[in-house]
Amino acid sequence: MNTAILFAVITLSIIGVLSAIILYFIAQKFKVIEDPRIDLVAELLPGANCGGCGFAGCRNFAENIVKNESLENMFCPVGGNDLLKQIGPVIGQVAEEKEPTIAVLRCNGSFANAPSKTQYDGVKSCYFINTLYPGDNACPFSCLGAGDCVVSCQFDAIYIDETTGLPVIIEEKCVSCGACVKACPRAIIELRKKGKKSRRIYVSCVNKEKGAISRKNCAVSCIGCGKCVKECKFEAITLENNLAYIDFNKCTLCRKCVAVCPQNSIHELNFPERKASQPASGVVEEN
Amino acid sequence: MKTFKLGGVHPKENKLSSNQKIKEIGLPKTATISLTQCLGASPEPVVVKGDKVKVGQLIAKGNAFISANIHTSVSGTVTKVDDAVDASGFRRKSIVIDVEGDEWLETIDRSTIINNNIVASKDEIIAKIKEAGIVGMGGATFPTHVKLMVPQGKKAQSLIINGVECEPYLTSDHRVMLERGEEMMIGVRILMKALEVESAYIGIENNKKDAIDYLSKLSEKSLGIHIVPLKVKYPQGGEKQLIKAAVNREVPSGKLPIEVGCVVQNVGTALAVYEAVQKNKPLIDRVVTVTGTSVKNPCNLLARIGTPISMLLEEAGGVPEDTKKVINGGPMMGKALNTLEVNVVKGMSGLVIMPESESKRPSTANCIRCAKCTFVCPMGLAPYQISLMTESGNAALAEDERVMDCMECGSCSYTCPSARPLLDNIRVAKNKVGLIIRSRAK
Amino acid sequence: MANLLTISGSPHVSTNQSINKIMWGVVIALVPTMLVSFWYFGLGAIILTLTSVIACVLFEFLIQKYLLKQESTVTDGSAVITGILLALNVPSNLPIWMMIVGALVAIGVAKMTYGGLGKNPFNPALIGRVFLLMSFPVNMTSWPTTLAQRAILPDVITGPTALGIIKEGVAKGETVQQLMHNVPSYTDMFIGNMGGSLGEVSAIAIILGGLFMLFRKIISWHIPASFILTVFVFTGMLFYIDNTKFVDPVFHLLTGGLMLGAIFMATDMVTSPMTKSGMLLFGFGCGLLTVLIRVWGAYPEGVSFAILIMNALVPLINKGFKPKKFGEVVNNG
Repeated sequence: MNTAILFAVITLSIIGVLSAIILYFIAQKFKVIEDPRIDLVAELLPGANCGGCGFAGCRNFAENIVKNESLENMFCPVGGNDLLKQIGPVIGQVAEEKEPTIAVLRCNGSFANAPSKTQYDGVKSCYFINTLYPGDNACPFSCLGAGDCVVSCQFDAIYIDETTGLPVIIEEKCVSCGACVKACPRAIIELRKKGKKSRRIYVSCVNKEKGAISRKNCAVSCIGCGKCVKECKFEAITLENNLAYIDFNKCTLCRKCVAVCPQNSIHELNFPERKASQPASGVVEEN
Repeated sequence: MKTFKLGGVHPKENKLSSNQKIKEIGLPKTATISLTQCLGASPEPVVVKGDKVKVGQLIAKGNAFISANIHTSVSGTVTKVDDAVDASGFRRKSIVIDVEGDEWLETIDRSTIINNNIVASKDEIIAKIKEAGIVGMGGATFPTHVKLMVPQGKKAQSLIINGVECEPYLTSDHRVMLERGEEMMIGVRILMKALEVESAYIGIENNKKDAIDYLSKLSEKSLGIHIVPLKVKYPQGGEKQLIKAAVNREVPSGKLPIEVGCVVQNVGTALAVYEAVQKNKPLIDRVVTVTGTSVKNPCNLLARIGTPISMLLEEAGGVPEDTKKVINGGPMMGKALNTLEVNVVKGMSGLVIMPESESKRPSTANCIRCAKCTFVCPMGLAPYQISLMTESGNAALAEDERVMDCMECGSCSYTCPSARPLLDNIRVAKNKVGLIIRSRAK
Repeated sequence: MANLLTISGSPHVSTNQSINKIMWGVVIALVPTMLVSFWYFGLGAIILTLTSVIACVLFEFLIQKYLLKQESTVTDGSAVITGILLALNVPSNLPIWMMIVGALVAIGVAKMTYGGLGKNPFNPALIGRVFLLMSFPVNMTSWPTTLAQRAILPDVITGPTALGIIKEGVAKGETVQQLMHNVPSYTDMFIGNMGGSLGEVSAIAIILGGLFMLFRKIISWHIPASFILTVFVFTGMLFYIDNTKFVDPVFHLLTGGLMLGAIFMATDMVTSPMTKSGMLLFGFGCGLLTVLIRVWGAYPEGVSFAILIMNALVPLINKGFKPKKFGEVVNNG
């Protein structure tokens, strides 16, 4: 009995030692010499691998920063400016400040505003529905509400509101990685400047059809009337293909355009309530 | 009896209108002619608002290589050249014509005398077909003249005529074969001349015995045309399946039928070719089957392109109360319409109306890996696997599963006992893989 | 807005087949086997089968409702099949509580932990059976004789199966020819008059069920045919080499759980390959392993283990055996 145990112990030990030696040589042969700074940078990164920086994961982002020894055009939307300030010293560069952005849904075609004219029965994928037909509200630009953006969001920052059928972006959770922008087959979600005190003004519509047609499908579509363009003194609003667009770099958040929009399709977010003398015509979103 | 080997299903045939004679319906008040009626590039309009047009006049010219002309099917005044909802559900460029009378171009021979004498040469035939704007009438709407121009280095050996009509419900091809068989056979001979082939095979499924008998009798007179009765199996009307069934050749993956010396044309196309070449009549009307289990009078209607489908539905006894789905095409491959305010297009082979009980998809359950989808796939794919890849967000992997071979026949979704949306998922994968392939080519 | 048009991708029609129809079809196919077991083993068999079925259904229902919190799918009949198959795999004098434990393992461990129907890599009933076999080897291998046998020999209540008799005998050095006197005749085996677990006794009843499933297109012939043929050919070769040590192939076909395994267990859709060529290989592997275990293994019977081992290989088989693709092998003569 004792010899059996002894035998087993000795055999196993020999195998262990042999394997260790083999492993050592293999490790030597396939050793990859890596810049130690990559690890330093990678440790600073959030590790969410969301792809918001445009690289294949956090590690790849770190590798590229170290390789180029530059922070130009490198931005991690999750960590933001604070993170880049920390990375800067590691490679001896100073990061440029970048204004934080946030995902914004530019469609308000809720069940109430754009009533359903058909009923979809099939796989829940905006991508697929988009290839099939314009959507239940018949607007070929509107949100399809099947939640591709919800699936794409790694930060649980989007959910579909059951009563409106539209996705809602949770401001506190959104890190502006842009995954939903890529996931949306209709390019409805846009990354816009977060703005002072999170205040934002944007046209909540991407419909390029003529006003008469888009209005048939949706009560709050942009009809391209151009009133907001005339109202804006900062040339922040442009009108193209029957659709107004507010340039967030030029917008001063004066809110005048919101008041003149006949379709209530310009939205203001996180503003204090207007005084009674200045009635608001814009729909203030909950939040 | 011949058929293709791999896969296939047997959906309930429901050919309710197979005994209904083709009936010509009246002129609409306004015709809305979509400019997106063929695969490839849309033709450019050559008329403007206010123009007076006569039936058969060119209103849009296809300039691209893969594109087909469009002619007006009514006479009257052009009131609009603008976007309108077409059968795809999206707004597309269309020409709206207010109908005034029924004045035809003088060049069109409107007599019913059958012209048996083919005088046009090969090139003249192709030119005439191109001019007449003929597209594949089976539903794919690929421009016919492009199909007839055999690429350099390839040789067409046989023409295959698709009289299979494997889709349930639809009977328009069946009726064309029975009622316009003689003209269609001349069309086949014209196509043979255009392709310089000695033999043509007309594949007809065995559930259309009367058409097989009738055409067999007619084919005795014309040399080289063979009638091939085929066992009923869906999707026999698929080009590759039909070639396999009729002449037992297998088109390699990713290649066109001409690779094995075959060109496939639909019976409706053959008839249109006859009219274009012998009668100078461009493609301005087609036979549409209006059917469904709840429809009062399932029928086959000869309608001008651009006629509102509401007229066709009226002719069939109106839209029943409980209608929940109207399909453009057959129930296996057709598209559900999202509005009834659309108009007849060249590729509209039928309108199938479904009541609530038939329109709803059964509730889905877990995949039980029964492998039925792999058994019925006529292209030998593994639909469950591609579907899983899409569901897990790895649609790009499906390229190795040869997802691009899929012709979207729907046999997999049809046969799935768990009613999983296999084809929906495969389409997503196909789309994504297609994008990858195109971006790689750049 | 009652009359909104429905939009969905094609196809707009679907087969009248459904999971429920398939599963209840299997249950119907199992009826003859169950009836035979009731006939030969009496009340014990009925109680065991009922216990097993009720336990399986109940466990699935409870787990789905309270643990997974998903919609209950017990009505699809798959739990009933597991229950019946599990009962058919145990001796008729098994204590009731063991049966319930087996059902818990089959449904709870082998099926629901993976996510329920369609996601289990192993056949749940077999996992339940093997669990019982390893945990309670004495109870699981004391095979009661049938009621008909007891009428002749009233004192013998339990005994080894035919396979066990041969295996032990050969190990002791006796020849097969001598041992054959101790086993039931082939006719008895065919109709089921022999000791064994509830379901593995009557070949004819199982074949009847198999034919029904073939007719209803619930199973294809590939797995049972290649399984049974492999066992037949392999044992035939052994028998030809030395007929004193090895029993003839017909014996192998009629004894043990071969028929039940080949027709009802190996053909389980969830745990078998997805292509016809893969199915043939799967059946071949099952057959080979069965014979290896029967002839040289520690247990007299090896069908359960053979199928479970092959279950584990199914993903690999699926990877290696893709369906034949159209236009891949071009042979245009």
